[in-house]
Amino acid sequence: MNQIFSNISLLFEFPVVNISILLEGLMIGSLFALSAYGLALVWGVMNVKNLAQGDFVVAGGYVSWFFSQYGMHPLFGVPLAFVIMWGIGWVIYKTVISRVIERDLFTSLLATFGLAIMMAQLMNLMFGSDTQSIKLEFETLYFFDDFVSIPIAKLIGVIMALSLAAAVITFMKTSRMGQAIRATAQDARAARVMGIDTEKIYAFTFSLNSAICGAAGAIIVMVWLIQPFYGITYSIRAFVIVTAAGLGNLPGVIAAGLGIGALEQYGSHIFGIGYQQAIAVLLLLFVLFIRLLQQRRSRQALR
Amino acid sequence: MITQKPIFYAGLLALIIVLPFLFPTYGVQLAAMWLMIIVAMTWDMTGGQMGYNSLGNIFFYGTGMYVAALVFIGFSHDIGQYTDASGGGSFQFTDAQYFTGLFLGLIAAGFFCAVSAVVIGMLIFGLRGPYFAIGTLAVAIAAGELVSNWDWVGGGQGIALPIYPGDIDVGKKFFYFMFAGLGVSVFIFLKWLYTTRFGAAINAIRDDEEKAEAMGIHTMWYKLTTWAISAFFVGIAGGLSAFQLIHFEPLESAYQTINLGIFMVVCVLLGGKGTLWGPVIGAIVFHLFKEITWAYLLGWQWVALGGLIVVTVVYFQDGFMGWLKHQKPEWFGIRVEDSSTGKAGTAE
Amino acid sequence: MTKIIEVSNVSKSYGGVIANKDVSLSVKKGTITGLIGPNGSGKTTLFNSIVGYHPIDSGSIKFENNEISNLQVQEIARLGMLRTFQQTRIYGEMNCVENMLISLPHRKMSWRDRFASNTKTDYERADHLLEFVGLYEKRFLRSGSLSFGQQKLLEFAMALMNEPTVLLLDEPTAGINPTLINGLIDRLKRANTEFGITLFIIEHNMRVIMNMADTIYCLAHGEMLASGTPDEIQNNQNVVDAYLGAH
Repeated sequence: MNQIFSNISLLFEFPVVNISILLEGLMIGSLFALSAYGLALVWGVMNVKNLAQGDFVVAGGYVSWFFSQYGMHPLFGVPLAFVIMWGIGWVIYKTVISRVIERDLFTSLLATFGLAIMMAQLMNLMFGSDTQSIKLEFETLYFFDDFVSIPIAKLIGVIMALSLAAAVITFMKTSRMGQAIRATAQDARAARVMGIDTEKIYAFTFSLNSAICGAAGAIIVMVWLIQPFYGITYSIRAFVIVTAAGLGNLPGVIAAGLGIGALEQYGSHIFGIGYQQAIAVLLLLFVLFIRLLQQRRSRQALR
Repeated sequence: MITQKPIFYAGLLALIIVLPFLFPTYGVQLAAMWLMIIVAMTWDMTGGQMGYNSLGNIFFYGTGMYVAALVFIGFSHDIGQYTDASGGGSFQFTDAQYFTGLFLGLIAAGFFCAVSAVVIGMLIFGLRGPYFAIGTLAVAIAAGELVSNWDWVGGGQGIALPIYPGDIDVGKKFFYFMFAGLGVSVFIFLKWLYTTRFGAAINAIRDDEEKAEAMGIHTMWYKLTTWAISAFFVGIAGGLSAFQLIHFEPLESAYQTINLGIFMVVCVLLGGKGTLWGPVIGAIVFHLFKEITWAYLLGWQWVALGGLIVVTVVYFQDGFMGWLKHQKPEWFGIRVEDSSTGKAGTAE
Repeated sequence: MTKIIEVSNVSKSYGGVIANKDVSLSVKKGTITGLIGPNGSGKTTLFNSIVGYHPIDSGSIKFENNEISNLQVQEIARLGMLRTFQQTRIYGEMNCVENMLISLPHRKMSWRDRFASNTKTDYERADHLLEFVGLYEKRFLRSGSLSFGQQKLLEFAMALMNEPTVLLLDEPTAGINPTLINGLIDRLKRANTEFGITLFIIEHNMRVIMNMADTIYCLAHGEMLASGTPDEIQNNQNVVDAYLGAH
C-alpha cells in the first residue's frame, strides 16, 4: 500500500515522469490501436469476434524474430510478417472461419478461442516459453535531464505503425476492394445481389486483419517483448478498444488505443508491473460496464 | 423403456459405488471425471438451458478453492503466518480439525461463490451473447491475476494444504465419494429443477429473452438465481479439489481459464447443450479421451486440445444428444406429425 | 369510466426523423380502443414508447395514474400491460402447451411458486385457451412449425394466459386468412367482455377496427389527426384524405 502511495507522489514530485510514462503509453497504444482496427474490421464485415487476435500479433512477432536469428535485418521483418501472416490468415479463414460465419456469435467466439489456445501452444513448442525481443542498433534520445528517454528504435516502430495504418485506411477509402468490403459490411445480402463475391471479401478481410496484426507484432518484437502466451492480453486490449469506441469509428479506435496504452502504463507505474495483465482485463470490465449503463438509460441491453 | 427406468438408475448407482473398488489405482482419475461431470452440468445450467454462454465459470472453481482452503486454515491457525511459511514446519492439524475445517470450508466455498455470482451477475447480466462470454472471461482472468499478486493468500506460490490424515487408499476413496456424492446430488437436483416452472422460465430466456421480458418474467432474478446455484456447486467442487490436490496456485490450477475453464464448455458441446444427460455423457467421453490420449501426445496435447475445441465447435456443435434428438425425436416427446388424438396432460 | 392509459404530449424522434410529435390519447378501462393511420405514421413507435422499448423525448405516459415512461419493459409488463408483436414472437422450439405454460402470470407468483411444477389447473387453463383460439388440435406440435396466422393466434392465447389488464395488439389480423378474421374479431370481443381485458389495437383492416372499437385514434405523419367513435372517424374528411394521400 505504501509503495502505491509513494509511486503516486512520485508523479507529482517529478512532473517529467508523467511525460515519460505518457510517451511510452502513447507509443504502445498506437500498436494496440492497430490490432484493434483489424478486430473492428473483421467484426464489422463478417460479424466474427476474433479471440485469436492477440495470437496473430504474437505470431507476427515470432516470424520477424525467427528470421532475424538468421541474419535478416529486423526492419524487413515487418513486411515479411505482413506477408506470412496474410497467408496464415487465409488458411485459417478457409479451414475454420468460413464455416462459422453464418452461425451464432458464441460459435465464432469459441472457435477462435480454440484457435488462440492452439496457436499459443504451437508457438510455445516451436520457440520455447522464454520472452524474446530483437535488439536494434540505434541510439537513445534523452530529454529533461535524462528523465525522459526515447530510443530511436521505438520512434521508428511508431512511425511504421502510423504509416501502415495510413496505408490501410487509404486502401479502404479509395480502392474498389475497400469499397466492396464496406458494402459487404453494411449489407452482405445486398452486396451479393449486386454481384460482389462476399466469400472472397470475407477471405480478403480476414487475411488483411491477420496481416495487420502480424505487422504490429513485428514492430512490437523490436521495441518490447513477446512470449507465446501474451496473445490473450492483446486480444483483450483489442476488445477493450473496440467496445469503447464502437464499430466503424476510426478516430474513436485510435483515441481509445492511445488512451488504453497510457492508462496501462500509469497503472503499472502505480501498482507495479505484476498488475499489467490485470489492469488490461479490468479496463475491459470497466468499459463494458460503462457501455451497459449507457444502454440501460436508453432501455436497451448490450448485445 | 419407461418401466426399465428404476432398474437403470439402480444399476447406475451400484456402478458408481463399486467403481473405485474395481479400479483402485485409478481413484484420482475417477474423482477427476466426477469433477468434470459437475462443472459440465453446472455450466449447462446457464449455457445450455438459459442461453448465457459463460467463459468464466472457472472463477467459481478457483474462488471455491481459495475460500475453502482459507476457512480450513483459519479454523485452526493464523492464515498470514501459514501462507508466509508456505504451510510447512510447525502447522499441524488434528483429525478433528481436518474434517471439521474441511466441511466448514466446503460450505463456506459454496455460499461465498453463490453470493459472488449474484454480485458479479448484477453487474454483467445486462450483457448479452458474446459480450457476456467475454465479460465473464475477463472476470476469471482478472481474479487469477489479482490473487497471484495478493501475498496474504500465498501470492503466485499458492497454498499448500495438509494431506488426508490416514491411509492413502482410504483418502482416495474419500475424495472419490465426496465428488460422486456431489455429482449425483447435482444430477438429481437438476433433473427436478428442469421439470419446474423455473426450468421453463430459463428456457424462455434462452429462446427469446425479449419476449420473456415482454411477458413480465423476472428475467434478472432468474438469471441471478440460476448462476448462483451453478456457482454454489462449482464452489464446493473447487473446494474439494483444493483438498485433493493438496497444493494449488492461482494461474495454473485455481483460475485455469484455458484448461478446465474451457474443458467444461467442450464437454457440454460434445454431449449436447440444453439436455440433462448431454453434459454427463460429454464429460465422460472427454475425460476418457483425455486420459487415454494425453500420455501419447508428448507436449502436443494442448495443441490437440485447441484443435478438438475448433473441430467440436465447427462440425459437431449439437453434440451427441442433439444428434440423437434429430434421429429419434419421439424419445424426447417431440411430435412432428399432426396429433389430434393426443390426450391432455400427457405433455411433460 | 376511468382512464387506464394516458399518453400526454409524447414526442419521439430517431436521429432527424420525427416519429411521434406531441401525441396525446387515453384508453378507458374495459373498452376496445383502435389506433389507425397510414404506413409510417408512427403507430408502432407509439406502442413501443408505451411498453418501454425506448425512451421518449418528452411528454408523459401514465398507466393507472402512475408514470411509466421511465420504467423498463419487464417492469411495465408486470404492471399488467402486455403487448403482442407485429412480427410474432413465440418460443419456436417448444410446443404450444409449453408456450402457454411459460406465459403464466409470473408477477403473481411468490418465489416458492416459481420452483413449483405446473398444476393441473394450469394445464386445463392452457388447453381451454388453446381451444378458445382454435389451436387445441395442434397443441403438441412444435410451435415454430405452425403457420404465421396460427402463430399469431398462439401469441394472442399466450397473452390471455398472462391475465393482463390491458393488452396492446399490433396488427392482430395481418397475415391471417380472411375467412378466419370474423372468428378472430369475435374472440377479441369475447376477450374484452368475458375476461374483462382492455384492448388497444393497431389495425390496418378498416372493417375489423370499425366493427370492434369503441374509440378510434388516427395518426398521420406522427401527429394526432383525429379521434372519435368509428362513425365520426369514417366521416372525417381529414382521415379520408390521409389514407388517400390527398393534401
